[in-house]
Amino acid sequence: MGGFKVMLVDDEQEFATTLAERLRMRGMETVTAFDGEQALRALAKDKPDVVILDIMMPGMSGLQVLGKITEIAPGTPVILLTGIGSTTEGIAGMKIGAYDYLMKPLQIEELMDKITAAVKK
Amino acid sequence: MNLMQSISQIFSRLTEVPDQENSPFRYKIVRRNVAILMLLITLAPLSLMTIINYYEYRSVLRDEIVRPQRVLVNKAKHSIELFLANRLATVNFIASAYSYDELADESNLNRIFRVLKREFEGFVDLGLIDSAGFQVSYAGPYSLKGKDYSEQSWFENVQVNGAYVSEVFKGYRRFPHIALAVHHLPENGKPWVVRATINTAKLDELIASMGLDAESDAFLVNREGVLQTNSKYYGQALDRCPCIPSVSYEPTVVERVDPRGRSVMVTYCYFPNADFIFMLIKPQAQVMKAWYTLKADLFIVFAISVGLIVAVVLRLTKSMFDKMKEADDKRALALKEMEHSHKLSSIGRLAAGVAHEINNPLAVINEKAGLMKDLIEFTPGFPDKDRFLGPVGAIIGSVERCRTITHRLLGFARRMDVEIQVLDVNDVIKETVGFLEKEALYRNIKLNLNFARELPKIESDRGQLQQVFLNVLNNAFQAMEDGGTVSVATFERDEATIGVTIQDTGHGMSEDTMKHIFEPFFTTKASGKGTGLGLSITYGLVKRLGGDVEVQSKVGKGTRFTVYLPRKHQDSQGS
Repeated sequence: MGGFKVMLVDDEQEFATTLAERLRMRGMETVTAFDGEQALRALAKDKPDVVILDIMMPGMSGLQVLGKITEIAPGTPVILLTGIGSTTEGIAGMKIGAYDYLMKPLQIEELMDKITAAVKK
Repeated sequence: MNLMQSISQIFSRLTEVPDQENSPFRYKIVRRNVAILMLLITLAPLSLMTIINYYEYRSVLRDEIVRPQRVLVNKAKHSIELFLANRLATVNFIASAYSYDELADESNLNRIFRVLKREFEGFVDLGLIDSAGFQVSYAGPYSLKGKDYSEQSWFENVQVNGAYVSEVFKGYRRFPHIALAVHHLPENGKPWVVRATINTAKLDELIASMGLDAESDAFLVNREGVLQTNSKYYGQALDRCPCIPSVSYEPTVVERVDPRGRSVMVTYCYFPNADFIFMLIKPQAQVMKAWYTLKADLFIVFAISVGLIVAVVLRLTKSMFDKMKEADDKRALALKEMEHSHKLSSIGRLAAGVAHEINNPLAVINEKAGLMKDLIEFTPGFPDKDRFLGPVGAIIGSVERCRTITHRLLGFARRMDVEIQVLDVNDVIKETVGFLEKEALYRNIKLNLNFARELPKIESDRGQLQQVFLNVLNNAFQAMEDGGTVSVATFERDEATIGVTIQDTGHGMSEDTMKHIFEPFFTTKASGKGTGLGLSITYGLVKRLGGDVEVQSKVGKGTRFTVYLPRKHQDSQGS
């Protein structure tokens, strides 16, 4: 485990940066983006192994960003983050190409497992 | 004008519908008013018609009855007058045709008297009286010759009026008779008076010839009320008859109560030329027999009509207002239910909003606390490691609790996709109870399962049913001290519905609590221990599945929830 490049996309900066730090402590390399445009630019530049993408974002929504990612970088696994109970959106995301979805608040161990599984897929 | 106003006022008062929607008297008042109004507009004309008919018929019938009596009385009076006039004319003829000397001769007078008796019925005697009032000659059964009449009033009367008809009297004789006297004034010489008496038998005969019926009575009476002929009811001739009507020379009808206490109809007529009143008496009961029959008929018809109208009006208004009340009640109930579900759905939307808003900061807290935990764990030789890990763990635990709450909130608010399958409710309950078996064992709670055999399978959603039963069972568990009993039973309520009862021996609920238990966030648990969402979610789920929940509870005895579920799923219940 470890050594993957993970891109975190969430409009909640505190969440994204803190989660990034935790992932780094677990040996991951991280890139953070706080909206869809920034995420797409970083995607081209940094070429992450896996993208963790929040669905509820102002401007471009997570699902729109997901659509772009599957166009620009097909094959990059995307793990969606949904609010509690928004199972439908998670399932919708999986239908258009997301690897899996997780509900916020997260459990770090679960996220780590998902990341590892997604990259090794 | 005033009358019209007050009538229209009464009508508008009666037709007014009171506004207070919820007044329990409203229907009663309206129903009463409508009934009164209907009765008024039907009974008033009916009563009026009956009263008019009553008086009209009575007057018509009375005329019918009275007219022949008048005619009869007139005729009888006429015959009597004619009889008396005839006899008087005869006496007058004798007085004029013979001279004083001829009449003074007793044998002559006897001869005249014999002829008189033969030709004219009823003569009793005949006599000549000179101007001094002295009986000169006499022919008849008594010996009255030489009697002095000068002091008697009739003698004076005849001298003044020329003729005189006495009332009936006994005089010197023992039987009733009438005296006729004629005053004759020759061209030269002294005037004289011829006096004859007739018996009253002829009068009785005349009255008898009227052909009266058995109940009726007819007689002559004088103005002092002394009977002149025999009466059937009021005595013999010369007895006193107390009922003397007011003077009228035309046949007149009056209604009286006679001395014997009977109500009678009296037809009478005064004689203009003599001191007589002819009276015909008929008992009212007999006269008005036809009227009484008619009156009874009229009354019966009226009473039956009134009875029918009242019955119909009361029945009609009752059924009308029962229907109206039923419709209103239904409407009110529907409104209440709509209000309730509206309330639930708006609270649900609010809850969903709150859950979403809280979720993000919650995620941040989670990560921050996680990071702290990571730092503590990943830093080798972190001082007081355990003292830090404790609070951090508590923060993460609390976040987890919040997560559960928001999850439930959303579960309440979310539109869930119903997945319908044919299932056995007994199985679903068995599965659900399985979740709680550990807790039951631990708390020494007895679980009684009483499943109906052959319970029909229903079309429903397994997951949601489990949620429903779990919620209710959880509530039951929480309502009880350790060692209680929860009884679950299933039954077939009717062809279309099955029921599940879940009864606990817990502390029960007050009426007030029962009213609110299906509302979101209503909880009786200590703050922080319950979300108040369990039963509202249950209610929403059961409603969505087309069923219903009933709750019965007694403080201190326990609570019974009954869940009714339809056997067939209906799509209209999809939301």
